Amino acid sequence: MTVILSRLGEFNVNDEPTGELWLEPEQAAVASGWELRPEGFCRGDICVPVPLNKAEILIADGKVNLSAFWNHMGMPAATSIDGDVWALGEGAESRAVELQSLDAPDFTLPDLAGVQHSLSDYHGKKILLATWASW
Amino acid sequence: MSVWQKLYDEIKKQNFIIIAIAMDSEACAARPWIEAAELDYPALIDRDHRVAELYNMVNVPQAVWIDESGIIVRPAENAGAYEGFRAMDLETWTMPEDELATTVNAQTTYFSAVRDWARLGVDCGHLYSAAQAKARTAVPSKETALAHCHFHLGQYLLRNGRKAEAQEHLAKASRLHPTSWNIWRQAAEKNETGLNNDAAFWNRVKSLGGDYYYPPVDIAGMPK
Repeated sequence: MTVILSRLGEFNVNDEPTGELWLEPEQAAVASGWELRPEGFCRGDICVPVPLNKAEILIADGKVNLSAFWNHMGMPAATSIDGDVWALGEGAESRAVELQSLDAPDFTLPDLAGVQHSLSDYHGKKILLATWASW
Repeated sequence: MSVWQKLYDEIKKQNFIIIAIAMDSEACAARPWIEAAELDYPALIDRDHRVAELYNMVNVPQAVWIDESGIIVRPAENAGAYEGFRAMDLETWTMPEDELATTVNAQTTYFSAVRDWARLGVDCGHLYSAAQAKARTAVPSKETALAHCHFHLGQYLLRNGRKAEAQEHLAKASRLHPTSWNIWRQAAEKNETGLNNDAAFWNRVKSLGGDYYYPPVDIAGMPK
């Protein structure tokens, strides 16, 4: 069992830890938002063609190598010693573009009762998003 | 937190909401504070510091002002706190009176600006134009983006009982993003009341030298 932590959540994938993340394309899409289409790896309207010289590194036997794709994209990732947990992050550049657009990035988090709230639930109000901590 | 609830009581009828985000790896650490303040606005628990990552935040309290159409009109900044605590006498845990007064004044001034915004909207004089807001938006570096991966992984490992391995990733996160107090303090030692308030913290604050712990807020009347 391997666990993927991404901006979409936590995902258990039935993949023996091998140092790389070889997944069924459907699994990769669910866990990362990047889906394999004829034109390449796509997320929303953005598609990244699979370079010929990397085709075998990224796709083989009907599976995709999500960790290699992350590396190819220059996106940050961290993995546990055993390779059984992967944190796949967003690239600094795409985060910068998103922040500079001034559209407040949406997120979903629980309150103490476990009820999930999204920033977008409060669209239409003035919102003071304020952080604090117990420590 | 009760002062924030008091502020909210005054402005909540003005199409205004506060969303409080606790940068806390465990809900149980945040719970007593939230319950004691009897908050009636959403108080969310952000165990992986997702909001800090999304908005490039480095400390608490920080705040972002978001308008009715979902646009950031004041990017992440210190939410009215002041450096006065740095003059604390660590023997007696007292602060010089002038520093205490400035600390109180900073929060009062900041809250007053929030009230203006609630009441007057775009006419309050505290909202940035798009160009100003962009110019004041700190964007993450590659190292910062990678730091959040290691932090996220570290938090997951911690929750799953893999403490030693977790600490390596949390330490790496802090090395990659040294200006983040959120990352450092979340992982740091806490005392019996849950506070990170030991010599390591004070030494780290001291090593800031002339740099700010709570950078000044660009609102008239805020201390520099």
